[in-house]
Amino acid sequence: MGILFEDGNFALFRAGFLQTVELSALSALLALLLGTLLAAFRVSPVPALRVFGTVWVNVFRNTPLTLLFFAVAFGLPRLDVHFSSFVFAVIALGSYTASFVCEVLRSGINTVPLGQAEAARSLGMNFGQTLGLIVLPQAARSVLGPMSSVFIALPRNSAVAGAFSVSELFSVQGTLTERGYNILSIFFWLAAAYLLVSAVVAVIFRLLETRLAVAR
Amino acid sequence: MSSALTSTVLYDTPGPRARARYRAFGVLSLLGIAALLWYAYDSLAGAGQFAAAMWDPFQYTAIQQRILDGLQSTLTAFGLAAVLSLALGSLLAAGQLSDHRPVRAVAKAIVQFFRAMPLLIMIFAFYHSVFATSPLWALVTGLTLYNGAVQAEIIRSGVNAVPRGQGEAAYALGMRKTQVLFTILVPQAVRSMLPTIIGQLVVTLKDTSLGFLITYTELLYAGKLIASNTSTPNGYPYIPVTIVIGVIYIGMCLALTALAKWLEARGRRGANRRTTAAA
Repeated sequence: MGILFEDGNFALFRAGFLQTVELSALSALLALLLGTLLAAFRVSPVPALRVFGTVWVNVFRNTPLTLLFFAVAFGLPRLDVHFSSFVFAVIALGSYTASFVCEVLRSGINTVPLGQAEAARSLGMNFGQTLGLIVLPQAARSVLGPMSSVFIALPRNSAVAGAFSVSELFSVQGTLTERGYNILSIFFWLAAAYLLVSAVVAVIFRLLETRLAVAR
Repeated sequence: MSSALTSTVLYDTPGPRARARYRAFGVLSLLGIAALLWYAYDSLAGAGQFAAAMWDPFQYTAIQQRILDGLQSTLTAFGLAAVLSLALGSLLAAGQLSDHRPVRAVAKAIVQFFRAMPLLIMIFAFYHSVFATSPLWALVTGLTLYNGAVQAEIIRSGVNAVPRGQGEAAYALGMRKTQVLFTILVPQAVRSMLPTIIGQLVVTLKDTSLGFLITYTELLYAGKLIASNTSTPNGYPYIPVTIVIGVIYIGMCLALTALAKWLEARGRRGANRRTTAAA
């Protein structure tokens, strides 16, 4: 178990850990923005946007994340799109998670009482104002629970990036295995690190829930 | 579920001016989507991805056989993982609902632990330690433990959602604990949670593609082999392969999802109106 503190392993491990945190945070940001936009599309009065949102969600929710990484890592360079593998990973992970964020938000929109939107409309608000100022804030509060499971799954999913040449926490495993350390102790520390990230996300959402929960 | 309801309550029935505005937005967004699609098409075509040589390989029986073999491996892993995870899930759910505190504590600890572990790490750990020669079993074990824990939570919440009167009536008839659980509570729970259980099976199906990373020759791995072994004048056909494999995966997942939706609609109809909120 002490391998973490032997010859420079800790620096390697820390670098991987920070990369995982950075990757997860950036993907979470992308997923949140894109997911909210898609949710707005899916309830909008414009049919073309509704169809676009539906198709996006159905495609990305039903594609395995590994296939998405495969497509981004092997496909995009062939179209002369060249980014670092880190940016590719953020794109794959973000657009995958966005479809889940969209569905969670949409189910939240369904829980907002009808009277809220009706009141907003009777005050003369248009669709953008009704959704952005009245409905979405309440919807987001009511779905903090399901949203937390989406964002707890995100750092766990980010491990796939390690297999597509992003030097994050999971790829540290490969280096350490090559150095000939005991497999079980390597995986012990990896698991501990991922559990730590998940636990922090869970605590953040717990705090948000206690601060923002709507009493109905 | 009631998206039709909300999507009409979020905006007024459009009058003539709003209709014109929506139409303008519609045209604009159509143009935007068309531009996006055209850009995608143009860059694909520009890179020669639609050249006949790129798609030719899919006409060879050897390649088709390879895809079918990959599909079969994927379905094997999925079938094993589905059956085993449901079995493990029922076992752990029964443990969590047990009257004995130690059993409950152990089951709860197992469920929490395996739900929190990244699946990829578990699969790799099994691959490197126990199943070095058999990636299939490393994959199936990982999938079973993770999805079993999730299914346990689903089944448990389903059992808890069965009205108390059902269990009480069964006890009043003189049934034993096990009888109550397995002949009264679980059948009703499974019925109401079936859509959620199938939803998790979709996740299991998608996660079989993690086998790609431990060189299990499932669908995605077969695709990579095809792409890297076929040389065309425009390079290796990674993009056509990705498109074909993606369509297969999406088709399978949509079929499972459709089954869940159909069961949900069936469950809602008739006397059994009780529906539990999806976890």
